[in-house]
Amino acid sequence: MTEYAYIIALLPALSFVLIVFFLRFKEFLAAGFSIAMIVIGWILSIVVLAETLGRGGEAYEGFFHITSFASLNFEFGILVDPLTAMMLIVVTTVASCVQIYSIGYMKGDPRFSRFFAYLSLFCFSMLGLVLANNFFMIFIFWELVGLTSYLLIGFWFEKKVAADAGKKAFITTRIGDLGFIIGLLMIATYTGTFNYGEVFSRVAGGAIPAGALTVALVFLFGGAIGKSAQFPLHVWLPDAMEGPTPVSALIHAATMVVAGVYLVARAMPIFSGSAEASLVVATIGIITSLLAASIGLVQNDIKRVLAYSTVSQLGYMIMALGLYGHDTALGHHSPGYYAGTFHLMTHAFFKGLLFLGAGSVIHAVHTNDIQEMGGLAPKMKTTALTFMIASLSIAGIFPFAGFWSKDEIVAAASYHPVFLVLTLAVAFMTAFYMWRLCFLTFFGKPRDQHRFDHAHESPRVMTWPLVFLAVLSVVAGWVGLPWLSQGFASFVFHGEAYHPHANWLLMAISTVVAVAGIGLAWLIYYKKKISADRLAERFRPIYTLLYNKYYFDELYDLIIVRPVLAFATFMWSFDNWVIDGLVNGIAKLTILWSDLKLWFDTWIVDGAVNGAGWIVQQGSALLRFVQAGAVQFYALFLLVAMVLLALVKFEVVMVTVDWPVLSVIMLAGIALLVLVSRTAHRAGPAEATADTGSVGVEKEE
Amino acid sequence: MEHLILPLVIFFPSIGALLLLLVPERQADTIRGVSLIVSFVTMLLSFAVYYWFDPVASGMQFELNQLWIASVGINFHLGIDGISLLLIVLTTILTVLCILSSWRSVTKGVKGFHISMLVLATGMIGVFCALDLFLFYIFWEVMLIPMYFIIGIWGGPRKIYAAIKFVLFTMIGSLLMLVALIYIYFEFHSLTGEYSFDLLQIMSMQVPYQAQLWLFAAFALAFAIKVPLFPFHTWLPDAHVEAPTAGSVILAGVLLKMGTYGFIRICMPLFPEATIAYLPYICILSIIAIIYGALVSMVQKDIKSLVAFSSVSHMGFVMLGLFALNQNGVEGSVMQMINHGVSTGALFLLVGMIYERRHTRMIADFGGLAKVMPAFSVFFMIVTLSSIGLPLTNGFVGEFLILLGAFKANVVYGIVAASGVILAACYMLWMYQRVVFGKVTNAQNEKLSDLSPREKLILVPIVVLIFWIGIYPKPFFERIEPAVKDVLTKINGARLSSADDGQDAAQMFIDESKEISTVVIDEGVTADE
Repeated sequence: MTEYAYIIALLPALSFVLIVFFLRFKEFLAAGFSIAMIVIGWILSIVVLAETLGRGGEAYEGFFHITSFASLNFEFGILVDPLTAMMLIVVTTVASCVQIYSIGYMKGDPRFSRFFAYLSLFCFSMLGLVLANNFFMIFIFWELVGLTSYLLIGFWFEKKVAADAGKKAFITTRIGDLGFIIGLLMIATYTGTFNYGEVFSRVAGGAIPAGALTVALVFLFGGAIGKSAQFPLHVWLPDAMEGPTPVSALIHAATMVVAGVYLVARAMPIFSGSAEASLVVATIGIITSLLAASIGLVQNDIKRVLAYSTVSQLGYMIMALGLYGHDTALGHHSPGYYAGTFHLMTHAFFKGLLFLGAGSVIHAVHTNDIQEMGGLAPKMKTTALTFMIASLSIAGIFPFAGFWSKDEIVAAASYHPVFLVLTLAVAFMTAFYMWRLCFLTFFGKPRDQHRFDHAHESPRVMTWPLVFLAVLSVVAGWVGLPWLSQGFASFVFHGEAYHPHANWLLMAISTVVAVAGIGLAWLIYYKKKISADRLAERFRPIYTLLYNKYYFDELYDLIIVRPVLAFATFMWSFDNWVIDGLVNGIAKLTILWSDLKLWFDTWIVDGAVNGAGWIVQQGSALLRFVQAGAVQFYALFLLVAMVLLALVKFEVVMVTVDWPVLSVIMLAGIALLVLVSRTAHRAGPAEATADTGSVGVEKEE
Repeated sequence: MEHLILPLVIFFPSIGALLLLLVPERQADTIRGVSLIVSFVTMLLSFAVYYWFDPVASGMQFELNQLWIASVGINFHLGIDGISLLLIVLTTILTVLCILSSWRSVTKGVKGFHISMLVLATGMIGVFCALDLFLFYIFWEVMLIPMYFIIGIWGGPRKIYAAIKFVLFTMIGSLLMLVALIYIYFEFHSLTGEYSFDLLQIMSMQVPYQAQLWLFAAFALAFAIKVPLFPFHTWLPDAHVEAPTAGSVILAGVLLKMGTYGFIRICMPLFPEATIAYLPYICILSIIAIIYGALVSMVQKDIKSLVAFSSVSHMGFVMLGLFALNQNGVEGSVMQMINHGVSTGALFLLVGMIYERRHTRMIADFGGLAKVMPAFSVFFMIVTLSSIGLPLTNGFVGEFLILLGAFKANVVYGIVAASGVILAACYMLWMYQRVVFGKVTNAQNEKLSDLSPREKLILVPIVVLIFWIGIYPKPFFERIEPAVKDVLTKINGARLSSADDGQDAAQMFIDESKEISTVVIDEGVTADE
């Protein structure tokens, strides 16, 4: 079967295609087919697990399609090793439960078939992600789970908050994915391959310089930060609770969000090559864990408490893996790898159960606010019981599953005092907020009588998955009992198998811490010995800070969203005014220049031509009078000229004859002539004759 | 038949246009029908070219070389390689879709519109086939005129401004190109004693370095305006927004590719040394375009101008891939030219469809369309996802290869460019959400009709292409590969020789000769063959 493990992923793909194209309006068939496919996948996963166990945990790698283009060789394949086998079980188990549960939860929804189509698409992507044998494929499926998460968070897209949350989830995780793809491309550029095994062996062979490796790994871890909602990109997960609750259980608690953890675990051979990068991983993990757990203490939305709890638990796993990488890089033994992956599995079961339980409660009372619930236990026995089992498990109470896995995480942190203290603090907070939730929801007096009266236990199709997961929330941890010689630790491991040993002291400490957390919750919310309100009043600043989730959303809005939008707006006006302005300005200048030329053409060029003509015309008009045809005038001019010349000639008048003088004289002469002849002309022909007569008389004298 | 297929594909639309002249203006449906049939047959012809095209052979195929104006050495020289092949097929497909999409939206001047569309098709296909620089120039200009009419006559309120801006910008570029062309022509004569505009002959000529720098600049400016590369993009939003749907689709889908096609067909092989010299500047402008276009998109209020600015960003990716100058980058960017044509073309078609219903393109006027137009919303979602490069859609294939190529060329370029991917998700999803999700707030949206069969018919081939390229792009890459290899061989030769000269600029690129091999990446394939 292992060679055909990809069928497990293809089954939901088949149901997706079938629902989209043929079963859109056949709700019952759509759901039935989708569930059948995933349940078959679950059975096959068990077979694969058994075979992997039978091989003694040896990895199987199969290439099923080889092609090459764009000078890349694409050798898609599957890798089935214990980690994959474990993940297959986790994904198909929770997915089966969630899909069955959804029949009840989504009943009557106008987009019922579409919901199952999306769920199938998600299962395909998630299973593909788990089965991939190289970084390229995991990236593709990584993006696809992101897409389905986007579609499912915004499933009720009529609600603006839901659509907003979907977009926020997609974009926030994409910021992480930017890191992922940068890290991925760096690794690929250095090692020349995407294949896990080859990358690992080439990195071990020193293909990447140490500094570059650390940088590449931190970038790669960016992907995990986004997908697994780690600080500082954790803000999308609580908002993602706007999606239908089964989606929250499957995608945002049990499977997709652990993809980041899976990525770190998968890439452990290279993470364990860089102590610095691993320390970054561990630090981010514990910061996230602490941050989220503290926020979870004071939230009132049942799903948001669980969401912060998820973030916190994911931080746990990431921290364990980071510490493992760090210790291994420095040559120490550490249970971290086993702890992280083990907790991943148990957490998937009990957190999936918690969400489905919360969904059942919400289904009954139609509110998410725990302040409006209370006293529901007698009305919803199965839900309450299974919810409490899961709460005990997550709190880490013996012998529930969470006890064993959380214990290993504490053990992994025990080599680092700071981490140990913080881990225990988180454990305390976890126990407290989970039981605060339990007491407020299921015990005490109903705080909203109307809602309480209408509450009812969910139908069997919803409670059975709860029971099934409740069983797993207890027994799933038993595969990792420290006394087993062939337990979880000797199955899923990196490098050498880790042999856990029962550390009684740590067990005792963590149990005490967990019981203390539950006890405090009991005192406050069940016994009411301590007033929650007064506590909140006493620590008002801290309470406000926690209640507002450390103001991360506001902060990001202030330092990222607004500046980016402002910058974009600035760029837009830059485009409008500067670049476009420049172009339009040039156009305007050109038009202005053309106008100038038009003016020049009209007045100067044309003016010169016309002016020349005008001058000639005017000149001629004037000169015309000189030659009016009166002979007396001609004689007079002649006389004057002769007199003048004579005067000059006989030096009566001392004139140096040169051109300027001569021309002045000529012009003066002409002007005189014109003047005279004009006057004569004006006087009219008759007078002119008389004049000429008189002149003639003079002349004769 | 095979050697005449190219002129047939080129001129068939024009013959159709002549035919349309005979149809009286008032028989609008006949005109549309004839135009559709002509464009459809052209598409089938281009499919035939695709079918007959030998994916393995390198060099030009279906070559046709006829003396045209013998006295000055101008030849009617046609031929295609894998790059032109894909662009031709894209052109003919988009033309059919455009004519279908204009069925209801173009009601005045139907005859003129369809004649313009068909002549435009001739021009576009011609550019992709021409192997003679003079011929190339002629087709280049032939494209311009019908597009001018399409924007100027059938456009929106500011159509005259947009049309003139578009023409002036393009003319500035083509003028410089013409000057450079003539310079090369005489340069070739002085070297060989022959007069020729033949691209393949000129390609074998070694242009002096100084001349290369000038010639590259002249051609590059012409092409950069077309791409458009920042800061020459400002004609684009106006032209895209004002043009009718078909005009926008052709502009974004094909005309922008003329620029990048010019770079890879003319600038790079003709002036390899200059390519390397200008490389940093072009890369930086491309990266600015990626980020700048995305940021400006984000604050657009009009869907169409949002898509227009996103083109600036996407074409920045294409340019960056081209100038990564390695097999991954260049092939990715040729693929991305096609992808952008498909996805952005589809976005314009979709915007056109809601515009026809509501006569507005403002994002704020919509909201909640998923409820009233479910089929539209699904198509819109698929195209949006393709535009933001989600795996299994075409956008991812191109973008990933471009980023890979960029990383090999220069890690910093790669990182900055990669951040453009996030911005793309921001503006596209935000727009999608505001248009499609939420409640129907505007009463006018309540009675919108969902897509008609004709509209679905337009969108289905696009969706098929989106997933085909996204899931199995091998047939396309197979055909691109030899062509890209030819160009890169040319460049690498220049790189080595300039490295010998001790030029630092080329030095950094030598390092990337490191091969990436097996399982997914293998540059080795190139080296082995």
